[in-house]
Amino acid sequence: MSTKTDKIDRLAALTAQRETTTGGSLWVEAFRRLRSSKMALIGVAIMALFVVIALIGPWIAPHNPTSQLWRDEVFTNRGEFVGPRGENWLGLDHLGRDQLSRMLVGARQTLMVGVISTVLGFVVGALIGGVSGAALAFGGRAGQRLDTVLMRFIDMMLAMPSLLLAVSIAAVMGQSLTTVMIAVGVVQVPIFARLLRGSMLSQANADYVLAARALGVRRRRVVMGHVLPNSLGPVIVQSTLALATAIIEAAALSYLGLGNPDAAQPEWGVMLAQAERFFDEAPFMAICPALGIIITALGFTLLGESMREALDPKLRS
Amino acid sequence: MPLLSVDELKVTFQGQGRRASTAVSGVSFDVDEGQVVGLVGESGCGKSVTSLALMGLLPKKGVRVEGRADYRGTDLLSLRPSAMRDLRGTQLAMIFQDPLSSLNPVVPIGVQVTEILSRHRGMRGQAARTEAAALLERVGIPDPTRRLKEYPHQLSGGMRQRALIAMAVACAPRMLIADEPTTALDVTIQAQILELLKELVDQEGTALLMITHDLGVVAGLCDDVNVLYAGKVVESADRRNLFAEPAHPYAHGLLNSIPRLDAPRGQPLNPVRGSINDQIAWADGCAFAPRCDHYTLECLNGTPELGPLAGTEAPAGHHVRCVNPVRERLETVTLADVGAGDSPTEPVTQKEETSE
Amino acid sequence: MLRLVVRRLLQLIPTLFGLTVLLFIWIHRLPGGPAWALLGERGNEAARRQIEEQLGLNEPLLVQYGRWLRRLLELDLGNSVKTGQPVWDEFTLRFPATFELGVTALLFAVIIGIPLGYFAARRRGSWLDVTAVSGSLLGICVPVFFLAMILRSIFAVNLGWLPSGGRLTTGIDATDVTGFAVLDGVLTGEFDASWDAIQHLILPGLALASIPLAVVVRITRASVLEVLSEDYVRTAESKGLRKSVVRGRHVLRNALLPVVTTVGLLTGSLLSGAVLTESAFSFGGIGSFIRQAISDRDYPVLMGFILFIALLYMLINLVVDLTYGLIDPRVRVN
Repeated sequence: MSTKTDKIDRLAALTAQRETTTGGSLWVEAFRRLRSSKMALIGVAIMALFVVIALIGPWIAPHNPTSQLWRDEVFTNRGEFVGPRGENWLGLDHLGRDQLSRMLVGARQTLMVGVISTVLGFVVGALIGGVSGAALAFGGRAGQRLDTVLMRFIDMMLAMPSLLLAVSIAAVMGQSLTTVMIAVGVVQVPIFARLLRGSMLSQANADYVLAARALGVRRRRVVMGHVLPNSLGPVIVQSTLALATAIIEAAALSYLGLGNPDAAQPEWGVMLAQAERFFDEAPFMAICPALGIIITALGFTLLGESMREALDPKLRS
Repeated sequence: MPLLSVDELKVTFQGQGRRASTAVSGVSFDVDEGQVVGLVGESGCGKSVTSLALMGLLPKKGVRVEGRADYRGTDLLSLRPSAMRDLRGTQLAMIFQDPLSSLNPVVPIGVQVTEILSRHRGMRGQAARTEAAALLERVGIPDPTRRLKEYPHQLSGGMRQRALIAMAVACAPRMLIADEPTTALDVTIQAQILELLKELVDQEGTALLMITHDLGVVAGLCDDVNVLYAGKVVESADRRNLFAEPAHPYAHGLLNSIPRLDAPRGQPLNPVRGSINDQIAWADGCAFAPRCDHYTLECLNGTPELGPLAGTEAPAGHHVRCVNPVRERLETVTLADVGAGDSPTEPVTQKEETSE
Repeated sequence: MLRLVVRRLLQLIPTLFGLTVLLFIWIHRLPGGPAWALLGERGNEAARRQIEEQLGLNEPLLVQYGRWLRRLLELDLGNSVKTGQPVWDEFTLRFPATFELGVTALLFAVIIGIPLGYFAARRRGSWLDVTAVSGSLLGICVPVFFLAMILRSIFAVNLGWLPSGGRLTTGIDATDVTGFAVLDGVLTGEFDASWDAIQHLILPGLALASIPLAVVVRITRASVLEVLSEDYVRTAESKGLRKSVVRGRHVLRNALLPVVTTVGLLTGSLLSGAVLTESAFSFGGIGSFIRQAISDRDYPVLMGFILFIALLYMLINLVVDLTYGLIDPRVRVN
């Protein structure tokens, strides 16, 4: 081996030792960080458990969730309730139905309300925010005006307390599960819209966009090919967080008596609302659905928060 | 005895669950009373970390600082935080790179000047304001009384840097550390700020540690120069000797890379190959070896020592960390070329692939 | 400054106008139309015809809208279906209670939240930080009304430390001056009444504070973390300033700017929360009134409330924006 190749080889070997991991793209890097985050793992685990229960709940429920099998053991007027016991792990509700079965079957509705309303909020909100952001950044005078109108509309929605918005919608559409989903979804619209618009605006001012425009790339291509994909990060994170909010909001609507009118069908929010009257005598009746809601919401929140952290370039080292 | 004597300063960053990385791996140099010493190197070579370590401004968590830094007989690195707090501003003061982000945006300039007067000189109220105005005037800010009430965003870049300098010299420190004080400024302003610094250190006899990547600044201002590479001093010499006879291939490359106005058109530039990412660990040999034109197998026999430059006519005090130093006078570069005093130039370092 | 305020107030008009249009459409889209909405359950065909005659509901929509708008400007929000009283009077009667509750909740959120967020950021990764972060995540996930139930059950029903509901203990001698129970006690010198009112505010205030508190903790923490890494904090340290000056003038002063904006945005969620908490504690404010109106389908009340809240929300955020201009010199100039 000649001295020259030896020289080069040894140097190459030593240089390779120093090679540091200088990450890949934003998303790859974010995923790597996410995988090592305990918060994210707990979040994903809770989410997975919840989804599995929602899917197979009706088949593993030990009893019929809607039939009042133990009606003769519960006397609400005398304050006689049945707590957790061998036959009914989570006790009975005020009508003598098995709580565990109601929890297992109810998960599906809770998940459905959360997912559908979030998708609704995401789609409508992203549409308004995307149009608004693109119009303001690239639409010139007319675009500016369109943005102003859309944002005034969004301001108006933000100024209305979410519950009242839901109440108004329920008033027009009548009380149903669909109403709950639409109401909760509509509440999310302004949040998604503002987020995407803000994110797009900051991207639109980025140097690479200026460069693309200076190179003569058409506006449509710039928006669809560069600005939009790069702005979606925070919106996707928000949708995870919104799932948590949606589940809690839906519960609040049930509490106000605006939930699913078919109260026999188990749903966690309705169960919690019904349990309020008996809270002092039979707290377990409320605690079960409440824990279900809290843990599920926490799962989504944990995942969303750790995604936000993973995607935040300021926190990357 | 030197005013400040830094001996084997070593700074290691250790994040949670991450590999420790050494930012400064054994830096030694002296600063005498009233002397201007340059610390030169490209970004990432550890020059800023060195200055922060000396000021005790590195975060306490996740950072290990070793070595000694004797300032008038006390070791700055082992001083209690509260004692260090008393020294900062009075004995040692610092000027930072970006004057906008280095000033508090929601506090008037006046308060940011008077707060240091009230802390170290016990001045309050009108007396402090008068003194603050005098300080602003001294660093060349016109209409100082009005400026005291203004906020940083209302000042121009040069004015902001002047205000920061006013704060640094408010308590007549013996030692000033300037971390790239002109990098964020316009070229015309850069010269003014350098002029101001020069004037202040000449008048007060303040020692100045000048941290820069700008050879023009070095040529115009410094008495002694230390060239840093990958966290170690690779060459230290008197300014004239360094410019006349840069012995370390890195220093040689830096000086050789300065484009010349009198060069024939079309003559290629001579950049230093590669980037600071192409390096090996000092323990294995010379960190500069992968980018070096003079590299031999000897370079990989452990860390080279920083020793006096050998040779009969080698000037005293010229030290280099290299097993085969460049022995070739750089006739082509003179102090005038690197723009001593006026417009500074940046050394050209290019990526390997683009230099072909 | 005055011109700025006027301009900002004028900017509210299109939003409010849009809101009235939406509400008008809403009322007309209600099943059975506005007459049924106004009559509620008592309605019959004759009464409906009468009210349509009376309110001119047969006239063109634009004329109706104009008339309705004029009445709104005179603060006439119509009468409650349930109580028959003017909606505006019902609100002003109950507003002080909700205001007191909201302020209590905000105080809890700010007094606990800011220091907690600040120290969590300062000791990042410590047990305090972990507790604060996980606590604030949990705070967002607990339904407000469930928290209200739990608090009431533990501290009022079981431990008996605090009253379980209402604004004042029945039978206590309190003179009503302004409607603000705590303030009245102070004004009339009946300090026992004030104290009693405060005790009644603690539990509902805590329940209502849960979400604002969580938000304030998180915003403060994030903001302090960001400011701590700013160059000007390093400059302040390099000047050898005392720790208290560095932390107060240089860290907190900057870190609190985003917190101020957030507190303004929280008013909306506070009012929603009041609807949920007040009824759990039978606290006689607007919140429980609205909950009743929801189950009664008392549309005039709901509509009036939406307008009332929207106006309040916008005014509060206007005040917050203007305050922000005062404390952040960078905004002031523009």
